[in-house]
Amino acid sequence: MANRCILVCGETRDGILDERTLEMIGAGRELAGKLGVEIAVALLGDDLDGIAEEISFFGADKIYKVVSPSLGTFAPDLWIRALEELCKQIDPQIVLMLHSTTWMDVGPRLAFRLGSETTTDCVGLEIDEKDGLLLKTKPVFGGNALAVFKCEKLPQFVTVRRNVMKPAARLAAQGEIVDFPVNLDPSMLRVESIKTVKEQAVSLEKANVIVAGGRGIGGPEGFKELEDLAESLKQSFDEVMVGCSRPVVDSGWVPADRQIGLSGAMVQPDLYIAVGISGAIQHLVGMARSRTIVAVNTDINSSIFAVADYGVVDDYKRVIPSLKDRWEELCRDGDKDTCLCKANT
Amino acid sequence: MTGIKILVCAKQIPDPEAPMGSAKIDFENKRMDVSALRQVINPYDENAIEAALKIKEESGGEVTVLSLGHNLDSSLLRKALAVGADRLILVEDPRFEDIDTNSIAQALSAAIARIGEFDLVLTGRQAGDWDSGHTGTVLGEMLGIPTINLARSVKTENGHVNVLKIVPGGYEEVRAALPALVTVSNEVGGLRYPSMKMILLSRRRPVETWKGGDLQVTWDDINGRTITELLAPPDLSRKCRFMEGDAPEEKGRNLATILKREFG
Repeated sequence: MANRCILVCGETRDGILDERTLEMIGAGRELAGKLGVEIAVALLGDDLDGIAEEISFFGADKIYKVVSPSLGTFAPDLWIRALEELCKQIDPQIVLMLHSTTWMDVGPRLAFRLGSETTTDCVGLEIDEKDGLLLKTKPVFGGNALAVFKCEKLPQFVTVRRNVMKPAARLAAQGEIVDFPVNLDPSMLRVESIKTVKEQAVSLEKANVIVAGGRGIGGPEGFKELEDLAESLKQSFDEVMVGCSRPVVDSGWVPADRQIGLSGAMVQPDLYIAVGISGAIQHLVGMARSRTIVAVNTDINSSIFAVADYGVVDDYKRVIPSLKDRWEELCRDGDKDTCLCKANT
Repeated sequence: MTGIKILVCAKQIPDPEAPMGSAKIDFENKRMDVSALRQVINPYDENAIEAALKIKEESGGEVTVLSLGHNLDSSLLRKALAVGADRLILVEDPRFEDIDTNSIAQALSAAIARIGEFDLVLTGRQAGDWDSGHTGTVLGEMLGIPTINLARSVKTENGHVNVLKIVPGGYEEVRAALPALVTVSNEVGGLRYPSMKMILLSRRRPVETWKGGDLQVTWDDINGRTITELLAPPDLSRKCRFMEGDAPEEKGRNLATILKREFG
């Protein structure tokens, strides 16, 4: 295994670098240091000069520009094929990818083609000193436990959760940029892209305050109360958004971009108000790091109260409007300067 | 095209919506003790069954639900028949207990080979127990068919599958020739409720039960999970201060006052 490098797959979309790539390089540098091996970054696209230059100052020894006209937009069939060629050439011992839709599409299939397997959504990476293999820590059972996996097959593939690893810092020294042109046969493309539609997606990660509703809201119309509360909280906070738990999306009450939890957004706002949410663990892991948590639920035994700072055991239909009215009252009465949390954030 | 054959892979798992802490960690044996939890069909696989039923309603076809594991509960999985699946196949074997993701995909592909002809394979995007999220795409790779990950809508037409695939900031409309495999996300909608009549009828319908030995599986490729350690998750609990008051309105006002003090 000596001298086999660590490969980081750069997160790019339509020619733009996602800065989360630096988290992967950060994690990769640490592992490479322990193993005494080189670290390489793979970038895929049709024109990568700018991105390659940018990324070359973050501590990677080599930056592979995997270039082909057909890699300009993300097509899993071709991206897998291109990386398969690169991996066969440079034979890495570890491949690090961001836990994103891109790499969940590519990683597991690429690993399979190379006779290995992927551990997904890792939150911790260590080297086992006994055998030099990667110890991969991953939340399982919705976050009820952390499992440490080890795989003897090489390369060892992982996708890593965002916001967990420390991003690599910029250095004075520059890594070597290596061209890696690939020839891709159009017949490899078996899934045809017809069009991509951008939606006015809500990015809950940016919110200072989230008012989230669960199954206990009872139906789509109940979300009006939450929207109203969010509206009046906007007087005091920059970004106030309405979110929800998974059952609400399954029922079609609220669009999926509002979903918070393991399979939705992972958030940590200053204030999280959970309304009619029972608190399944897969929801809790997505919001329990919020600074202040308020829970409103009719059932005092709901798990949500176990992670809340403030609880109201009652009917939200009567609690939320009075919370809203009183908030507005206090904002009106109070000294304007002390009222505006906006000024502090 | 009418009458396409749809296969849905559905996994029986301990209820992932159960309250925090009901799944216990057996540190010594590096296993989860889930005896306190009821078993359910993985919610994402229920979404996949729903997607299959929607296709059947719109374009016709036959829906087969395939479940693989150890100690499967046929009364639970019969739900698939009650909501409208045509065929339910359970593949049971003690050797399928606690196997890793690639092994599950291997065993599923062997079961699919025994089923024979198919046009579309659907799986949930991930299972709520180990949350690996790659059984589906690896299965597609093993079957050697076009594979589409994370669908929020699946339709078939003229020998093709049309999928709205989730991508960052929106969705992508993609299309592949059948046979193909699609992994389904919860945006397609929750599984419909069966009518009482369908529940009663489904109890009399046959469930096909196969054993591992019925499949052409290379048992050397079936491996257990290589877990070196199972750890407790970080403690998320806080001390909750409950609002007091005679009426809900009073509690709401008290909450506003406290929050105002904290954030004002």
